[in-house]
Amino acid sequence: MTTLEQSLDISSLGQEMPAGFTWKHYAICARGIIWREALRFIHQRERFVSALVRPLVWLFIFAAGFRSVLGLSIIPPYKTYIHYQDYITPGLMAMIQLFNGMQSSLSMIYDREMGNMRTLLVSPLPRWFLLTSKLMAGTLVSIMQVYAYLLVAWFWNVVPDSNWGYVTVLPAMLLSGFMLGALGMFISSAIKQLENFAGVMNFVIFPMFFASSALYPLWKVRMGSPWLADYCEFNPFTHAVELIRFALYQQVNWTSLAVVAGCTVIFLTGAIIAYDPSRGMLARKGG
Amino acid sequence: MQTQVSAAAALEVAHVSHSYGARKALDDVSFSVPAARFCVLLGPNGAGKSTLFALVTRLFAMRHGAISIFGHDVSSTPGEALRRLGVVFQARTLDLDLSVEQNLLYHAALHGIGAKRTRQLSRAVLERVGMAERADDKARDLSGGQMRRVEIARALLHGPRLLLLDEPTVGLDMQARTDILAYVRRLVAETGIGVLWTTHLLDEIHPADDVIVMHKGAILQQGSAAGIAAALDVPDIKSAFAKLTGSRPVDVSELV
Repeated sequence: MTTLEQSLDISSLGQEMPAGFTWKHYAICARGIIWREALRFIHQRERFVSALVRPLVWLFIFAAGFRSVLGLSIIPPYKTYIHYQDYITPGLMAMIQLFNGMQSSLSMIYDREMGNMRTLLVSPLPRWFLLTSKLMAGTLVSIMQVYAYLLVAWFWNVVPDSNWGYVTVLPAMLLSGFMLGALGMFISSAIKQLENFAGVMNFVIFPMFFASSALYPLWKVRMGSPWLADYCEFNPFTHAVELIRFALYQQVNWTSLAVVAGCTVIFLTGAIIAYDPSRGMLARKGG
Repeated sequence: MQTQVSAAAALEVAHVSHSYGARKALDDVSFSVPAARFCVLLGPNGAGKSTLFALVTRLFAMRHGAISIFGHDVSSTPGEALRRLGVVFQARTLDLDLSVEQNLLYHAALHGIGAKRTRQLSRAVLERVGMAERADDKARDLSGGQMRRVEIARALLHGPRLLLLDEPTVGLDMQARTDILAYVRRLVAETGIGVLWTTHLLDEIHPADDVIVMHKGAILQQGSAAGIAAALDVPDIKSAFAKLTGSRPVDVSELV
């Protein structure tokens, strides 16, 4: 039997370890974090099913019921009259990412309570890198969910004006997924316990989703309540929806792009500061 | 530089204080763990052991004092310090949905070790703890003692020179406790790794072990277990601990 010294070179480590980390260490680390997130997702089949069923319920029931109620005028990026299910599809795509972002923040709180978070944080690589990798992992999972939704929607004949839309929407979803994931991560750092997550549902998910352009165009909201429309335009989720909506039609909504990119930077910086041991919330909380 | 690093203690804790609001959890704590020694941090629950662990592993930032691992300061060069450190936390930290090997792969990736190398390493460390044939089993299906053994194997995977174990025998039956303690002692003797083992159970201490007695966030006494007892003029570490803390020692016979 080989001894541990031989098999691990344990006697030479410690002193002779080359200082610093190469890009290869970083790449292996990021891949490992993404791989673990994907495995977890595969193991939690209920999570995938509910992530898929939720938007489909909206598409098949809500949209079908409201298609005649809500008359839509031609607004950019659309060049013709569209069905209501076509209008809400970008909103539902963003909704998948919103839920996914909040769900991964839930898993971070769970990880923290269960101690798994410690496994991540004792990694010798810089913490901003660990958190960004985790965010990337969550975003990729959310994009897989969105494409699964788009596939079902395609059978229902809810499709963009060109198949290129499926490609051009990808960078938009990367960015919106990052923004919503970073928001979830920031919120997770401020929540002490798992039970408090119900509050996130009421105070973050619902106001973001309903006070946005996901379900109804803002000009229509403005007819009913101008201040609510102003609030909707202020809501970063609106811009995530519009970014996706335009990208699905191979266009760029520059205002939304700027807002989503800016919010991503702000939320991510907030999350990194919150998880930084010297400044963050962790230290203040104790045990 | 090279000689300075190799001469440095495995773990050096210097004048560390930490408080949660008004409550002081650690008060000017200083000690060191030499390489190739089995060192026991002894203290009742609430003595500040877990806070100390959180500081060493950078879960909390140091406010006062300094901690270094083989001469690498935890605050200023965390990467170099943490890569030389293996940790077994008191709470279970295996991912229960993943297999034993997948848990090890994930941990290795976090240290920048690729899958191919990890498969070789994990065979060696799992064999070492007698868990090689369980590599493909879900972590969920393991007993408490087996999980602990896998956690120790995982902590050794990246070849650390210092191993911290925070109350690793809590919640284990007698047989599993004895096995794990014997295994870690053998590891120190055979590989020269430095170990800091925290516990509140006095029967886990050998007379020759280095012992740091901690109580209410402060260090009361340090030295070999036999030396501490001799200095206080009592027969063994049990009586020494009772005398130092003014409390009845926690004996394992009371727990089972």
